[in-house]
Amino acid sequence: MENHFETGLDALRQKILLMASHAEMSVNQSVQALVQRDYDLAVRVREADNVIDQFEVEIDEMAIVLLTKAPLASNLRLITVAMKVSQNLERIGDEATKIAKRARDLAQEPPVKLNFDITRMAVLSLTMVKDALDSFVHRDSAAARAIIPRDKEVDALNKEIHQQLAQHMTANPETIGRCLHWIVAAKSLERIADHAKNIAEEVVYLCEALDIRHTSKH
Amino acid sequence: MAELSMPKLNVPAAKTNSPGGSALIEIESLSLYYGASKALKNISLNLGEKVVTAFIGPSGCGKSTLLRCLNRMNDLIDSVRIEGSCKIGGHDIYSPDVDVIELRKRVGMVFQKSNPFPKSIYENVAYGLRLHGVKAKSELDGRIEQSLRNAALWDEVKDRLHTSALGLSGGQQQRLCIARAIAIKPEIILMDEPASALDPIATTRIEELILELKKDFTIVIVTHNMQQAARISDYTAFFYIGELIEFDTTAKIFTNPSKKQTEDYVTGRFG
Repeated sequence: MENHFETGLDALRQKILLMASHAEMSVNQSVQALVQRDYDLAVRVREADNVIDQFEVEIDEMAIVLLTKAPLASNLRLITVAMKVSQNLERIGDEATKIAKRARDLAQEPPVKLNFDITRMAVLSLTMVKDALDSFVHRDSAAARAIIPRDKEVDALNKEIHQQLAQHMTANPETIGRCLHWIVAAKSLERIADHAKNIAEEVVYLCEALDIRHTSKH
Repeated sequence: MAELSMPKLNVPAAKTNSPGGSALIEIESLSLYYGASKALKNISLNLGEKVVTAFIGPSGCGKSTLLRCLNRMNDLIDSVRIEGSCKIGGHDIYSPDVDVIELRKRVGMVFQKSNPFPKSIYENVAYGLRLHGVKAKSELDGRIEQSLRNAALWDEVKDRLHTSALGLSGGQQQRLCIARAIAIKPEIILMDEPASALDPIATTRIEELILELKKDFTIVIVTHNMQQAARISDYTAFFYIGELIEFDTTAKIFTNPSKKQTEDYVTGRFG
């Protein structure tokens, strides 16, 4: 016999995956708009953000209804974790919007000659998001734990980019405005990695019932 | 008490078979007296087809009494007097020309305590069918198998159909009673706390079964278990001291009820 509660949980999981694919696409496109100086694409990413916001609202609604059915143990954890994952995905969408806004403004000004590769940072952050979601789907605690230290790599890259931009601004004061846009875009990518780390920590809670947030050693 | 109409159905039409929210059961200004005591006070309520409706409320609120009004089980109590109307499929079931046996064929019932006949599993399901004129063994066999399958019991009893039903576990006996009720193909199944005497596993099986059965039947269930109502019902009606306090989608009742009394009851502040 079909288990109707499990069906409800599956629908929740599917909805999160759909939301994740939208968030991932937004980040990809915002970085593409930034690197390729694509004004139109940047505008489109900003407009698409309300789709991701709507997913967050719908997932919360589904979760609340499932919670009224008094789920217990791992089912209870899954639903509360789903709400937090969706909140992190919504924030990832917001960061993509911020990158797109900077991409839009930068596309209207002459390019700055810079020596860093923002794409690499974007790939690192996005891979973390993708892996965190995979660990959620497969309930793979070990995979989730392996994601967490990678956040430091992204932090280091962000710091490096920040220093380079600071030097560039000192040497070329006329580019300060544009460099500040790049600083904000890099910071957004760093925040996306933070959200991926948050998701991974939630997956550990889901699998092990162990809250590892705000602890120095994982 | 203001009349409460049924909220617009927002469940998919395919699941309810009642696009637009047409009501199968229409209760209009129904009051019921046990002698001089008024147990149901001016209840108006419309219930849709092929959905599960839960009646909740503290003991003595009238929920079981109202449930029993739907197949005239209260007729068996001498002191009972009813005012108002109750229509099923547009026909008033309290009209003098109604054949009560025929009504109870259309509106089956499952009780809190499973009550199989002290006969074999096969005979329990066959009884109602024979009463309604099914004689041929091949037809009986087919209908019994189908009913037991629909009640999710077949696989557990197919090898011992001719042993006593009293040898089944409590949960199995309750599913047998459901098989017995659905064998005669009613439109509506009334359930009065069908899982309250069962352990969590047997309860889950009954709940899953109810969700399967609503594809074919309209189900009205009385339950004291809030989470059970939340898990299995599409609509919930909350009663208090004979009055219908609130009727809405189950999601609404359990996440944001309109009335304070409902909120207090579902959050366990009284009752």
